[in-house]
Amino acid sequence: MRLKRIKGVKFGLLSPKEIRKMSASKIITPDTYGEDGFPIELGLVNQRIGVIDPGLRCKTCGGRMTECPGHFGHIELAASVIHVGYAKLIYRMIAATCRKCGKVLLGEEDRKRFLEEIEWQKEKQADVGEVVKLVFKEAAKSGVCMYCGESQKRIKYDKPTSYIEIDEEEKGRRLMPTDVRERLERIPDEDIALFGMDAKSARPEWMVLTVLPVPPVTARPSITLESGQRSEDDLTHKLVDIIRINQRFMENRDAGAPQLIIEDLWELLQYHISTYFNNEIPGLPPARHRSGRPLKTMTQRLKGKEGRFRGSLSGKRVNFSARTVISPDPDIDIDEVGVPEEIAKELTITVNVTERDLDAMRETLKRGGKHPGANYVRRADGKKVKATESNYETLAEELDIGWKVERHIRDGDIVLFNRQPSLHRLSIMAHYVRVMPGRTFRLNPAVCPPYNADYDGDEMNLHVLQTEEARAEAKILMAVKRNIISPRFGRPIIGGIHDYITGLFLLTRGDKRFEQEKVQDILNKIDIEDLGEPAGTFESPAGSEDSHLTPYWTGKQIFGMILPEGLNLQFRGKICEKCIERGEECKKEECPREAYVMIREGNLVCGIIDEKAIGSFKGIIIDRIFRRYGEEAAKVFINDASRLAINYIKQTGFSFGISDEDIPKEGKEQIRGEAVHEAEKKVEELIRAYEAGELEALPGRALEETLELLIMQELARARDDAGDIAERYLGIENPGVLMAKSGARGSLLNLTQMAACVGQQSVRGERIKRGYQGRTLPHFKSGDRSADAHGFVRASFKDGLSPTEYFFHAVGGREALVDTAVRTSQSGYFQRRLINALQDLEVKYDGTVRETRGIVVQFKYGDDGVDPSKGEYGKVVDIDEIIRETVEVEETGA
Amino acid sequence: MKKGKFSILEHELVPEHMVIEESEIKELLDKYKIKKGQLPKIKLSDSVIKEIKAEVGDVVKITRRSRTAGKSLSYRLVIE
Repeated sequence: MRLKRIKGVKFGLLSPKEIRKMSASKIITPDTYGEDGFPIELGLVNQRIGVIDPGLRCKTCGGRMTECPGHFGHIELAASVIHVGYAKLIYRMIAATCRKCGKVLLGEEDRKRFLEEIEWQKEKQADVGEVVKLVFKEAAKSGVCMYCGESQKRIKYDKPTSYIEIDEEEKGRRLMPTDVRERLERIPDEDIALFGMDAKSARPEWMVLTVLPVPPVTARPSITLESGQRSEDDLTHKLVDIIRINQRFMENRDAGAPQLIIEDLWELLQYHISTYFNNEIPGLPPARHRSGRPLKTMTQRLKGKEGRFRGSLSGKRVNFSARTVISPDPDIDIDEVGVPEEIAKELTITVNVTERDLDAMRETLKRGGKHPGANYVRRADGKKVKATESNYETLAEELDIGWKVERHIRDGDIVLFNRQPSLHRLSIMAHYVRVMPGRTFRLNPAVCPPYNADYDGDEMNLHVLQTEEARAEAKILMAVKRNIISPRFGRPIIGGIHDYITGLFLLTRGDKRFEQEKVQDILNKIDIEDLGEPAGTFESPAGSEDSHLTPYWTGKQIFGMILPEGLNLQFRGKICEKCIERGEECKKEECPREAYVMIREGNLVCGIIDEKAIGSFKGIIIDRIFRRYGEEAAKVFINDASRLAINYIKQTGFSFGISDEDIPKEGKEQIRGEAVHEAEKKVEELIRAYEAGELEALPGRALEETLELLIMQELARARDDAGDIAERYLGIENPGVLMAKSGARGSLLNLTQMAACVGQQSVRGERIKRGYQGRTLPHFKSGDRSADAHGFVRASFKDGLSPTEYFFHAVGGREALVDTAVRTSQSGYFQRRLINALQDLEVKYDGTVRETRGIVVQFKYGDDGVDPSKGEYGKVVDIDEIIRETVEVEETGA
Repeated sequence: MKKGKFSILEHELVPEHMVIEESEIKELLDKYKIKKGQLPKIKLSDSVIKEIKAEVGDVVKITRRSRTAGKSLSYRLVIE
């Protein structure tokens, strides 16, 4: 086939001539089916305008149901009718043209100027709308035609489809559609361009209908109910109404009925045709079905979210896909996805049967409908047969090379898994199927971060790949293990979250000792053959008469077992208190907080594993394993780490409850006194100094600003002090503190607010000051500048807030809510624009970045040609680390 | 340049622009297997182009200091 290039798209109006030309049949009878059950000739479900019954042939093209696309018919209208969609434009045009000669009411000069302007806009491919608007405005002003001298009358547009001409005596005369059409006909071709239209493809009088095109039945198919009764489409119903009224109109006119009746019928015809186009016209009651439901006519089919454009064209649904709720399963691999059996039986992969898989496919087919079975078989001759209870055994026997089997997906198949919004490429990754009981997709919590998923009811989509090429591509480019390192910031995006971090934190902290049985218990889901030498022995049962020495392993040792052999690494964990920044020396291995993590030869020598070590977004250990040992090793490590952590935390138990926010009495008093009360006193002192004029303004600030600033500082310190006191009383063993410090969940600020003091609420970074004149609430005196009166919440969430505190908290909370709503929508839009601008750029094999025309955008990608997910933090290689390692190897080797 | 005004070429945020020889252009185009029109463009009205008095059809070499690569080179075709 020869390729043709689309030169342009032209929009225009259908002329009556064209409508008749494209019509395959005139439609006269409002009935659809005759008594014999066949469509009536010249009826609305006419055999010339398309077939919807299987077995029948189209009388126009001879095609069967699947072949004939349908053909238009037409109704000859007994009277012209305004097309509602153009009613406003018609009004503008009759108001802008002479009522006698039809010329546009503009002087020669204006006319020429506007025409030139329109021409110029078109040349620029810009919108002519603005100019046309001016034309209408100018032309409607004129009271007298400058060509024929006719004095013009004012036209009033009576929505939706009436026009009234008002003369000097303020008497109105209704312009019937025929009058309107005549006026439009009089507009000369040369003047049409002034309206931004082309007289060849859109004469204005075509906006007044004399013939109505009838869409083919294929566009409005009737459905047969179970009862055998036919139910027609809404459009057909509407067309029936139109034909009925049209006929009545004709009969009455021919019989010479009084003008009043004719006008009534005309109005009715106008109503039916208007609602046929759009059933939601303001000022017109919508046409209803017998049941009272408003009919879905032309405009309703196209408009809105479920309409043809947004619903059917942009929003197509895809085959071989499934969607359901996700739930966690730390026991499956990170690159697996648990698929409910119910879904696995519905989704299929087509296998071309060859010599090699003939037997296997026979077995599959023999299973019938049971899970790893098949749904359809396509014979060598191309005939598709459904595998059913009754025929699977015969099918299995008949099965031969060259057939195709649509088999269920099963364990090990590769599928794409996706969660919307798909904001980056990691939102769609390739997972391996694992068929499971239940009704949800199962997902390892470690892969939640790239999808930004959680389990509070999130749904995800799964797509089954259908070709070998697609599967290969997915495996190589989209597999989860390939995408552990994010291309966005070059660090692992997949890694431990929540309990994974807590678990390993608890396991590796201090000197935990486990006897062999315990160790094996913890490691039971991990493939480890040798526990290695125990760290030592302890007496058990301790202090008893018949105690004996039992070997033990430490938690750090157990963690070392899942590290790859030969791994060397050292870094400061999240719990590091940055002694160096405070000018003190880092004690490294001797760190009292065990913040210095050192891994030697695949053993954890010292340090506690926390968020910085294995967490997503940070994960230094994961990062190093990925780069040194490859993606498979990294995947195995994350799998092992998650199982180890979960297994351990399951055995020790870990929980956080209301009582974990308890602070002893003396702690409470300390918070109230030392922190809060002191601060409040200082605030009072500041206010006193301000009022006495003793306060000195900070540079660049007004006196009042200075006061506010100092008060804010004082109150912020109060909350921090309260938090410090609370932390001291809660201690590191408190689960909340533990989670915050290890980076598993929450922050110390969260804890402070729950246990000690919620602190100052703010709007736009200032203390709350809106409300009444001089005060925030009627509970305070006007002019009160105290902490209480401007949103300082001294209570903790656990204590409970006082009514005024509660109110201030709601004020501050509302701002936060609005902020996030605005931010997400704005950043989403910015991202869309950025992606639209960049999506066609490509890094070519010569390292240049080019767009589709081959124009160079960058001579070297990112100036250095480094892929952030492959390099070492912006550098091609980490020279320092390589030198350090080489030196170490030589030292130990020597 | 008017008296009292300083040359923008001396500003630290303006990278070095240099018009390159015909032979160098050919070398460049051969290296990337492109035509002159596929180079990134720079307008004649650009302040730097005005300052170095490059003409339409010239190719300027721009030497930038890059945070990631130390020194980076790029080329632009001067257009109207």
